Amino acid sequence: MTPIELEEQDATGVDRGPVLEARDLRVWYGTDRGPVRAVDGVSFELRRGEILGLVGESGCGKSTLGRGLLGLLPDGAARDGELRFQGRDMLALKPREQHALRGRDLGMIFQEPLTRLNPLMRISEHFSETLRTHDKSISKAEIERRSLDVLRVMGIPPTRFRAYPHEFSGGMRQRLMIALTLVMRPAFVVADEPTTALDVLVEAQIIRILHDLRREYDTSLLLITHNLGIIAEACDRVAVMYAGEIVEIGEAREVFSRPRHPYTRELLRSTISLRTTGLNYIEGAPPDLVDPPPACRFHPRCPDAMNVCAQRHPVDRDHGAGTRAACWAADVAQGLVKLDDREAAPLPRGEISVADEA
Amino acid sequence: MPTKPEPVLDIRDLVVHFQLQGGALSRLLGLGVRTVKAVDGVNLTLARGEVLGVVGESGSGKTTLGRALLGLVATTDGEVVYHDRERGERRVSHMRGRELRQLRTDLQMVFQDPHAALNPSMTIEEAVGHPLVIHGIAKGDELRRRVGEALERVGLAPVERFLSKYPSDLSGGQKQRAVIARAIILDPEVLVADEPVSMLDMSVRAKILQLMLDLKTDLGLTYVYITHDLASAKYFCDRIAIMYLGRVVEVGPTEEVFANPRHPYTKALLKAIPEPDPERMVPRDLPRGEIPDAAVPPLGCSFHPRCPEATSICGWESRDLRALIEEHWTRGSAETYARERDLVGDLEHLDRPDTRPRVGAGGALEVRGLLAEMRAEDPDEPLWLGVDAIDDDGDGVRVSFHPGEDPQLRAAGDVDVACVLYP
Repeated sequence: MTPIELEEQDATGVDRGPVLEARDLRVWYGTDRGPVRAVDGVSFELRRGEILGLVGESGCGKSTLGRGLLGLLPDGAARDGELRFQGRDMLALKPREQHALRGRDLGMIFQEPLTRLNPLMRISEHFSETLRTHDKSISKAEIERRSLDVLRVMGIPPTRFRAYPHEFSGGMRQRLMIALTLVMRPAFVVADEPTTALDVLVEAQIIRILHDLRREYDTSLLLITHNLGIIAEACDRVAVMYAGEIVEIGEAREVFSRPRHPYTRELLRSTISLRTTGLNYIEGAPPDLVDPPPACRFHPRCPDAMNVCAQRHPVDRDHGAGTRAACWAADVAQGLVKLDDREAAPLPRGEISVADEA
Repeated sequence: MPTKPEPVLDIRDLVVHFQLQGGALSRLLGLGVRTVKAVDGVNLTLARGEVLGVVGESGSGKTTLGRALLGLVATTDGEVVYHDRERGERRVSHMRGRELRQLRTDLQMVFQDPHAALNPSMTIEEAVGHPLVIHGIAKGDELRRRVGEALERVGLAPVERFLSKYPSDLSGGQKQRAVIARAIILDPEVLVADEPVSMLDMSVRAKILQLMLDLKTDLGLTYVYITHDLASAKYFCDRIAIMYLGRVVEVGPTEEVFANPRHPYTKALLKAIPEPDPERMVPRDLPRGEIPDAAVPPLGCSFHPRCPEATSICGWESRDLRALIEEHWTRGSAETYARERDLVGDLEHLDRPDTRPRVGAGGALEVRGLLAEMRAEDPDEPLWLGVDAIDDDGDGVRVSFHPGEDPQLRAAGDVDVACVLYP
């Protein structure tokens, strides 16, 4: 939690401190209607070789956070707060230094692999372009060796090295994208909905590949998805995002079996799985991030809301077993805070009509 | 159902093929006209009042099947029969023009992408009322009244708030409600819903499915629910048909299909669904590869190249051998690959389906040795079951596979399965 951990090393001298550390990170966009606070005061860290899942509804800011971490934001967007990568202050870097880090130390895997591959270039050319961008003097033999190595790990036979993107199936293209990202051996990769466009059997193959990455590459991964099942299977820890904030973060197992935040609980309940015996859903819709509700942003939709939830912003607190959550109701349940009767009384709720649903 | 189910739609030996034209040169030379068998001999009956799930991956033909039910694609062979309560049997697959348009009052469709299904320049009132205008059923006050009724039914209330809105003013869930309102406004009997919730957020999916269930009860609808999502199909459907590469491979009551999946493909799908269960690990014994090219489907059973339970008679052939050799190379070093590539020679000819492929360019004994090495690497690989003989042939070998069987749907317990394991 403290910057001291950055210097922590284990007996072998390997750095075990966080690879990535965000403190009160904010990202906002300017629009005609005012600034959109897409990421609003987010703090977390990512250890070496760890997979952190980032989950939330569309529009909660999870993709913006992923791009913000890599500095891949469009014009008109700004970042603030603290972001450290391997101890370096990312927000103080010049654009050129950031650019140099991307691809080499920081990677990104997108949802639609076909739109990220040049249809006129062979796979071999994609690899040599990627490798040459960061190392002008790299030899042809070295390019081939490193490319074939990473392709093999991805399960792509060497016979396909000189093929064109269109000669590959959807799942193979996503493997190619992952291979192109990993050939530089980045320390941190953001994967934004990497399997959404794929079928369930192929999705399972890709999830397995991502899950096994650390064996070969020691890469830390931020896996952005709306699918809680993928998080449960592939991630070590999970961060739940709502309206630009991380409302709960912890070990995936712990968060899934004992969710502290009502939003996490309701999200789990509304997911249709093979064990679903009744349909549940969250009333209302996520708020407009230009003008989010005051205090706790979830309070208008929250079944556990108390008076305090509409008045004071909840505090990010340690809830034990490695979980942190920002929720008054969870604080009371855990005995972390004492509220007076007026504050603890259930919030009188206006009817949320279908008219406001997502 | 206590009484004998009354059929509302009959799909009989339905075949839908699409011609792919190929490039200008191949057309000039008369080559390259490939046929994609999107739906390849499907028999299904939809009973009045039931929810039939059609489940499959992309490329399985489930969307084409759904469109064929409404006459939206030309059928190549077979027929779709609609049992009209008033007019008796009507062959949807042979309807054209006016008759087909008239059918829309009975059979309607809900599409996957609510953003694309609504005309951005039409207000919700215009869009939802459009079918009534097209069919000349209502206008003026009557039109307004019926649009209001439909919007209320789908939960877009207070109606006044939505009438003059444009699709861009609505959220995804609201748009899908408007699409459903438009589909029910003609008071149809059957609704074909193609992935109606897969574009929506998790927190909204359940709401739309609940709406559809409510509408079914209130309006006496019959549904065909087309999806790739087995979990929602499990909750939503009375019966389920699993499709793979244009065929139904397993069909039966939902409960039975899930409690006791028989086809290896069904089993694999069930295992692959990522469940929000913290005790679950990444599944490792899943089928390799992807859904094959429907223009040149595998010999025998279409699923055999990926099937973990494949037997000797499932249709092993040259393309499987190529895949196996390439897979072997993803396990070895670059040097091994370089050496073995010369030994094996060209693999391109293996892409032509052949049950007695020839392979090798570096000596029969050496190629034989390599195949033995590959077999030792993974003795459980089902392809080896299909090998009848390996004979020397010049500087390579000829691998003879057992002839394959193309399994038909056959009764197995309460379900029908197309798999040689259920003869």
